[in-house]
Amino acid sequence: MNSQKLAVIGDKDSIILFKTLGFLTYFPPLETDEISKVIRRLDKEGVPIIFITEEYAQMVPETIDNYKYRAFPAIIPIPNKNGSIGIGMKGIKENVEKAIGTDILNN
Amino acid sequence: MINVNPTRMELTKLKRRLETAQRGHKLLKDKRDEMVRRFMALIRRNQDLRKVVDEKLENAISKFSVAQAIMGTEQVYEALLCPAREASITIKRNVIMNVDVPEIDFTVGEEKNDLPYGFAFTTGELDKSVLDMANLLPDLIKLAEIEKTCNILADEIEKTRRRVNALEHIMIPEMEETIKFISMKLEDNERSNITRLMKVKDMIAEENV
Repeated sequence: MNSQKLAVIGDKDSIILFKTLGFLTYFPPLETDEISKVIRRLDKEGVPIIFITEEYAQMVPETIDNYKYRAFPAIIPIPNKNGSIGIGMKGIKENVEKAIGTDILNN
Repeated sequence: MINVNPTRMELTKLKRRLETAQRGHKLLKDKRDEMVRRFMALIRRNQDLRKVVDEKLENAISKFSVAQAIMGTEQVYEALLCPAREASITIKRNVIMNVDVPEIDFTVGEEKNDLPYGFAFTTGELDKSVLDMANLLPDLIKLAEIEKTCNILADEIEKTRRRVNALEHIMIPEMEETIKFISMKLEDNERSNITRLMKVKDMIAEENV
């Protein structure tokens, strides 16, 4: 088991902080093609966890869905500098609805 | 109903298939129940962790924004040019009810120092946000692991539930109906055979009189 890197995708101001943790940081322009290109390349390189800001995640729902049910890579939405827009929580709710049938985590 | 010839052969075959289907149905149902149980435990942790991470990350980033405003963008980028520590992770595969889920161990490389820059040209806010991020790292990685596990489990639960339903509401009733049809047909044949024999017996008896 060799150790692997983590990556983060988003706008520069929001994710430059991750650099201090030794993450690979990518700030492509906010365009669907560019972002999915980065994601595909990271998958090819075998990066197991990719954090992506919600703003960027919104642009590439199809690409993210492709990886959703595979063991790797895990693509995890995170809030950006303007705060969370609720995509992370929405994902959890979708999972619950899918598995149980109704949303039981009413909050 | 399945389209088959009403023979004894088919009947035995069907009965055997029904037995297998019923056993499979029970197994799948148990699998589903256990997966739902695990899923429930995980999803609650997922929700809590997500809340914590969202909050802390927003906090760190907003502090960073303040630092950026005070110091100027270029200075900040320059200060963060080299990483303070090397986070790397080790991936294992864990199996829950025959489903592959990731298990992520992480090691933070030796800390060169807490902050990757000199203090002369940076502000306290920047220090704080960098340290916050370092504290957040374990949570972030745990979140990734749990969220992925939940995704995969949810998918698998849905699939299993479909299979259970298909067996319960379609396959098993269909087979039971077919078995009933065949045995009725066979009994019918039996009866007509008996009637014929009785008739023949009567005819022979009449001739002999």
